[in-house]
Order: sequence, then C-alpha cells, then structure tokens
Amino acid sequence: MAATAIPSTYNPLIKKIESGLSPFSSTQKFNRSSNSNRRIVAVMAPQSERSPSTTGSVKTAMTMTEKILARASERSHLVPGDNVWVNIDVLMTHDVCGPGTIGIFKKEFGENAKVWDREKIVIIPDHYIFTSDERANRNVDIIRDFSLEQNIKYFYDIKDLSNFKANPDYKGVCHIALAQEGHCRPGEVLLGTDSHTCNAGAFGQFATGIGNTDAGFVMGTGKLLLKVAPTLRFVLDGEMPNYLLAKDLILQIIGEISVAGATYKSMEFVGSTVESLTMEERMTLCNMVVEAGGKNGVVPADATTYKYLEGKTTKDFEPMYSDQNASFLSEYRFDVSKLEPVVAKPHSPDNRALARECKDVKIDRVYIGSCTGGKTEDFMAAAKVFLASGKRVNVPTFLVPATQKVWVDVYTIPVPGSGGKTCSQIFEEAGCNPPSSPNCGGCLGGPSDTYSRMNEPQVCVSTTNRNYPGRMGHKEGQIYLASSYTAAASALTGFITDPREFLQ
Amino acid sequence: MLRLPGMATAAPAASSLSHATIIPPQPHPKPSSTTTLSFRSISRAATKFPFKLPSSYPSPLRRLSATHNNNISSSSPPPATTFHGLCYVVSDNIDTDQIIPAEHLTLVPSNPDEYRKLGSFALIGLPSAYPIRFVDPGEFQSKYSIIIAGDNFGCGSSREHAPVALGASGVKAVVAESYARIFFRNSVATGEVYPLESEVRVCDECNTGDVVTVELAENLLINHTTGKEYRLKPIGDAGPVIEAGGIFAYARQTGMISSSPVSA
Repeated sequence: MAATAIPSTYNPLIKKIESGLSPFSSTQKFNRSSNSNRRIVAVMAPQSERSPSTTGSVKTAMTMTEKILARASERSHLVPGDNVWVNIDVLMTHDVCGPGTIGIFKKEFGENAKVWDREKIVIIPDHYIFTSDERANRNVDIIRDFSLEQNIKYFYDIKDLSNFKANPDYKGVCHIALAQEGHCRPGEVLLGTDSHTCNAGAFGQFATGIGNTDAGFVMGTGKLLLKVAPTLRFVLDGEMPNYLLAKDLILQIIGEISVAGATYKSMEFVGSTVESLTMEERMTLCNMVVEAGGKNGVVPADATTYKYLEGKTTKDFEPMYSDQNASFLSEYRFDVSKLEPVVAKPHSPDNRALARECKDVKIDRVYIGSCTGGKTEDFMAAAKVFLASGKRVNVPTFLVPATQKVWVDVYTIPVPGSGGKTCSQIFEEAGCNPPSSPNCGGCLGGPSDTYSRMNEPQVCVSTTNRNYPGRMGHKEGQIYLASSYTAAASALTGFITDPREFLQ
Repeated sequence: MLRLPGMATAAPAASSLSHATIIPPQPHPKPSSTTTLSFRSISRAATKFPFKLPSSYPSPLRRLSATHNNNISSSSPPPATTFHGLCYVVSDNIDTDQIIPAEHLTLVPSNPDEYRKLGSFALIGLPSAYPIRFVDPGEFQSKYSIIIAGDNFGCGSSREHAPVALGASGVKAVVAESYARIFFRNSVATGEVYPLESEVRVCDECNTGDVVTVELAENLLINHTTGKEYRLKPIGDAGPVIEAGGIFAYARQTGMISSSPVSA
C-alpha cells in the first residue's frame, strides 16, 4: 500500500457527537408557538438554551468550521447537528443557476424587490459563454439585466464573445475568479450555486454549494438555515515529491473514503505538507471535497494565505482555527513522501489506481482546464513535463485556462529552466492546441458547440474533477482524472503515464 | 414583499438574528402523532400529489385502495400521503449529470415552459447499461413515478435542475439507500420530490416496471410485483416542507414569513 490511512476514533466524545448526526434531527430548542397564536405572522426568534460558554466562564472547544458558523450565526458555541441561521458574507451565482435563482427571488420577493446587499452578491458568467446556443446567450443576458437593475457591484460581464480579451471585466471560471478578485476571505461564509464553491475553503472560509431556491432566499434575506457538520481531519505530513500535485493528494483521499465518505461532513486539511502548499494547490485540495460528498473543506489560514490576499481585498477578516482539543469525527494520516501519482478511473472520482498501473490504457485526448485543474500552476506543471521530455504530444491536447488572468500568465510568465520560454511557447512546441478562451467549457460538456466537448466515445485524461458517465459530453466516454503532471505525461505517450517517466 | 423583519433591513451586517422576528422551522411531530400545522393551501398540495393509478394497474393491488388523504381540515392529522405507481430502478452514485446532463442546463427551472422541458430530459444521461428509457421520446412525463436507487443518489453538481427535472417528469418520490447532501437539500427546498431513505438496499430486489406503493405515514415501501415490503427511514422535519411545496410555501404556511408570493 502506498498510503497509510488510519481512521482513529480516539476521542471519547465521538459517540456523543455521532448520536446527533442524523440529517433530519434537530438539537436546537426553539420557542414553539402554540395553537392559539398560530396566525401571528412574526413571533420570537429562535432561543437557544443558555449554554455554559455564554457566560464566558467555560470555553468549549470547537473546530474551525464550527467556529466560523458560530460567528456567522452569532452564537458562542455550536456542536455538530445544530441548525442555525447563518449570516452570509458572499453569495455567488453564475449563468447556469443565476437565471433560476433570480426567477425564484422575483417570484417570492416581488418584481421590484431589492437584493439584501448589492455588494455581497457576486455574479460570474463562466459556464456557457463561447457558444451560439441562443438559450445560453439569453441566460447571460438575464444575469446582466439583473445585475444592472440591482446595481450589483461585482458582475464580471462579457459582451464580445468573439474575443474574450475585448471584455476587461470578464474573468472566467467562478471559483478561481472569486479567489483572484479577493472574495475569498478567512473566517467568512461564502455560498454559491455551484457544488465546487467549496474551493474557497482553501482560504479558511466556510464555503459550500447550494441550489437556486436556497440562493433565492439568501438573495432576499442574507441568511440561510444551515446544519453544523462534524469534521473529518486529514493530516498530511512529509515532503511532497516533485512528481506529485495536490490533485494526487485529493484523489488519494477520495479513493480512501469514497465518493460518499464525507457526506454531511466537513473536511479539514492540516499537516506540514498542507502548510507547504501554495494557495492554488490548497484550492485543488478543497475544490474536490464535494467529490467525497463533503459539505465544505478548510485549510487553516497562514502566511501563505495572507500573502496571496495582499492587494486583493481591503476588507477586515478574522481567521478561525480549530481548538487543540476540538472533537473530530475521525482523523486520517498520510505520509505524503510515500505517495505515488494516481488517477481516478471511469466512472467515479473514488475509483483510484496508481498511474503506473494504468500504463496500458490507450487514450484519445487530454484536457487541462477547469476550476480544479486550470490554474496558472496547473499549466506551469504541464509545461514542466513537456519541457523535460522535449517531445511532442501524441494525442490532441486541449488547454482551457480557468480565467483571463490565468490566460495572461500562460502567455507571459517564463517557465523556470526553460531559458525564458512561456507556457504558451512550450505548449506550441509540444504540439498542443492553443490555449482557448477561459470558461468552464469541456469539463462539463455543455452546449454541443462547446470547445473541446467530448462528442465521441473517447478515452480522456483530464485534470477536471468529475468522471461520471456523460460528464464531458458523451455518455460512453471514459474519463481518467489526474494531475496536470500525469495529464501532460499521458499526452506525450498516448497512454496513461506516470510523470516520473519524464520528471526524473 | 416578503417580510422578514430584521433581515431585509438596511444594515444587514449589524442585524442580529436574536432580534429578528423569524419563526424557525418548527420541530415537526412524528407522522404517528397529531399535528398542529395548518395547511392553508390544501388545493395546491392536492394538485401537486395527485393519487393516480397507472393504466397498467394489476389486480393483486386491492389493498391499495388507501388513498392520498388530503381532505383534511386545519386541525386534522397530517395527510397520510401515499404514492403509487411503477418504479424505475437505478444503482449507486447516480450523479446529477445522469439525472439532467449539463447541455440541458440552459433551461431555467423557474420558467414554466422550460420546467416542462426539463421533465422530458429527466435521467436522459443514464448510460446504455439502462436500456429502458425513463421518459419516452416525445413525452414530457415519465410513466415511472417512483425511483428506487442505491447509495449516494444525486451526487455531483448543486444544480437544482436535478430534483426539478425529476419532479417535472412526474416523479413523486425517490427511495434510495442514501443521498448526496445538496440533492437532498434541493429536493426539500423545492418540494419537487420526497427523497426517502430505505433501511436496507432495495434496488437489487426491484426491477424497473414493478408496481410499488410508498406509504409515507407508515414509512413503508411495498413492491406488489414481488410481494415484498421494506421499511423506510422517517422523513422527519423535511416532510412538511415538501408537502407544502418547498421552503417558501412552508414558511408562509407556518407563518414564518407573512405574505403571499408576490407574482404567483
């Protein structure tokens, strides 16, 4: 076994915690209105029983996620299973779920209703942009009209679809745009109409995906009823080998706990390896907690976080950290120095295998892109492999930078050890298709004219986050999820390839 | 305008929940006990969950004369909701791309025409391992009103289009071993389908086309074709929210928010 995962149940409190874990149970005590006043439209707010910690004399240990939700719900103490009304710091929506959210907001709050806070809603067109699909184009119009009507402060518009560079406001993939534009801040609560909103947990933010109806509610009220999730703790220690990326770590973890292993749970990533990761790599880690069913994932904020945030936000924020004696549902430990490059085989993100075990799998194409695999460092990593090999790719290789900023980086930042070449130059020499306009694109199929959509039942190695049937466009397509090291190495050989073949 | 005093004020950051006049969702009595809930929009609930027998209703089903009891006054016990029909059986980890592929996400669920269209595409993303189509070509609704599934139904995306597509296609309930969290929540928030959990794995013992009944109050799934019965886990507090038609409708019914939908 390459990994050592030790689910530990050392904490005597675990039994107690688990007993309150039913998704349907409520440990909250509310003042109930009696029959006689049932018609009264506004009654008392929820009153929690006064817990000892309210007095300040007793401090009860909490996890980071519990603390963030406690702050946001104005409670002194929360335990897993508590249902609380949480004040939302940022609500994000995009062109796929924005129109439905707006529809619900207007239906329920009125045609002339105003959003709860025009500065706390971020609207990002990113899914179906570069398409002639009329309904997709209309949906971008809907979110634009709404943003103008409501004077939404952060709306990242695109009008000229023929040339994304002519749209200075356009960003691209929402989760990376949120980070790059300073909307991800430690200790805050971010909700988004996209399951990969959990990406922002990299900043020590509570971030999770919600549906249109919940988002419509948040749009009008700034609040949402959330259940406090218990936390699984992942301790990653050891020096990261130079052939691994955070994608290998999270695929390793999902393979360990399964696609439902963190359902209704929070995942906290700590340890010396995590501390050494860049913000983009931490995002890769947190982005895919939802592939294990997780509600959110968090990495404690540190100097790396603050450095990234410099110049991106002027807002004050208050990082939260798990108390030393906080209760975790279980703890998993990994010695990262012993891990090997992995892939997730079709058709499930937990279908883990070592990349080298799949060396006989012939592939038809490679895709490098998306919120989890289309960041600047993902392209730098691919370029590093192409550079080291000096060879040309054997299969069509599609490159879709997540955002306009990533696109610029790909075309301007010199790759170390290349004598000043940029990623784009290295990709061109390697015979890749030129980096395309930033958007979610082929990661989720989308309209039939989407660039790099899988329209044939092909075998694809992809740096994206899902490989369920049909994900990239064709139901019988086969998707192998991998790091961009492994994706680039596989592009060179035409077979799934362990990147150590080129990096050592 | 929806009135949530203390919520929609000009200074939301400063508005303290403890001063807000919101009634939280009330702990709901178990189905066996009596309820104090008043159902103001009975007609809506009745149209939403009509009790209909499939045309292929076979003979051994006499015991199913149990009806969808929505004829209740405001002081009656909760409706003994019964769903009856043909089931469609799927396995584990049916993700949202299989329920509604991403190419159809240009349809906006809050638009009535597009809502219907979403129904026509329900489960169209299932691979060829599922030879029987869930919705026949050219149809907007499925002949299967109950889905039986394995573990982790609805995993993947947060797209609300998923429970909406199922609801629009005529699905009343899903009976799965377990659910992905966001799908479960979206099912409740929209009131589109009942996401029910079975105590044991049912999907291996049922076949698509079996005639089944879900007795909500009794937490029971009956497969009339095989003659087997299965215990379901109680839906709990989520039940009344779905019954009402989603969180907004529930909040109005219970007085948590005051006004009617503005443009309904």
